[in-house]
Amino acid sequence: MNKILALLAAALALGGLPALAADPLADITVAANAVPGFAGFSAERGARFFRTPGGSWSCSTCHSDDPRRAGRHAVTGKPIEPMAPAVNPRRLTDPARVEKWFRRNCKDVLSRECTAQEKGDVITYLRSMGR
Amino acid sequence: MPASRSHERAKARPAWIPGLLIAAALAIPAAPAAVLADGGRRSPDDPAWREECGSCHVAYPPRLLPAQSWRRIMATLDRHFDADASLEPGRARGIEAFLVANARQASSESALRITGTGWFRREHDEVAGLFSSAAVGNAANCGACHPQAEQGRFNEHEIRLPGGNKR
Repeated sequence: MNKILALLAAALALGGLPALAADPLADITVAANAVPGFAGFSAERGARFFRTPGGSWSCSTCHSDDPRRAGRHAVTGKPIEPMAPAVNPRRLTDPARVEKWFRRNCKDVLSRECTAQEKGDVITYLRSMGR
Repeated sequence: MPASRSHERAKARPAWIPGLLIAAALAIPAAPAAVLADGGRRSPDDPAWREECGSCHVAYPPRLLPAQSWRRIMATLDRHFDADASLEPGRARGIEAFLVANARQASSESALRITGTGWFRREHDEVAGLFSSAAVGNAANCGACHPQAEQGRFNEHEIRLPGGNKR
């Protein structure tokens, strides 16, 4: 019975406290550090990257030029919640989720995966924004 | 004897603990097992499908396409209508199983786009001109006329055409 109670408590804790998950920037920082010449992430560079088109799209095409505001999917028109954690605290909290969307969206925008530098710059930029 | 002591302890367990466990389990937030569909039928739900398929567009209910179409869509997620929608393989398999198990029963149909199916064209032949209007934008915006689309409901009696006209 105690085992069941402990398991239940663990399940409730895992379901109710996603904020305890690892920081998505941690693994990205490890990867960036492995690249010779890495000199840290830059919010300013992230801001530029966010608005720079690869082909016909940039990040801002769907996520709005102002990440504190809701965006809109370029093809379907479905609203996309704001990317800036200051106004949407659930953003950038789940490493697997962050990796999944970088993988997909970088291919859509740049036809390749983003580098650790690019990902770290964008996260740093989004986290630097106030409300 | 250990066995009998353990038995005594079990008997001494307060009767309200199982009830508490059930109450706690019921309190864990979970997606509804099913949502109402057309004509009051139950439309199956699946949390992974809802999250993954509902990020960029309405989570299109499985009954809108036949199994063959869903299999082809799930096999080409890395180039899903010009976007990369690739998933971790295990998660993709689970969603495919849900889609196929609840797919439309139509052996002759194999369209990848819902708008390319015969039933969709027949159902929308009177209103196809509205798709590109400013109020709708494109045919993927189900919610423009089907306010309950996110809940999987496309009942004819719930249609609201842009401008407030009931159909």
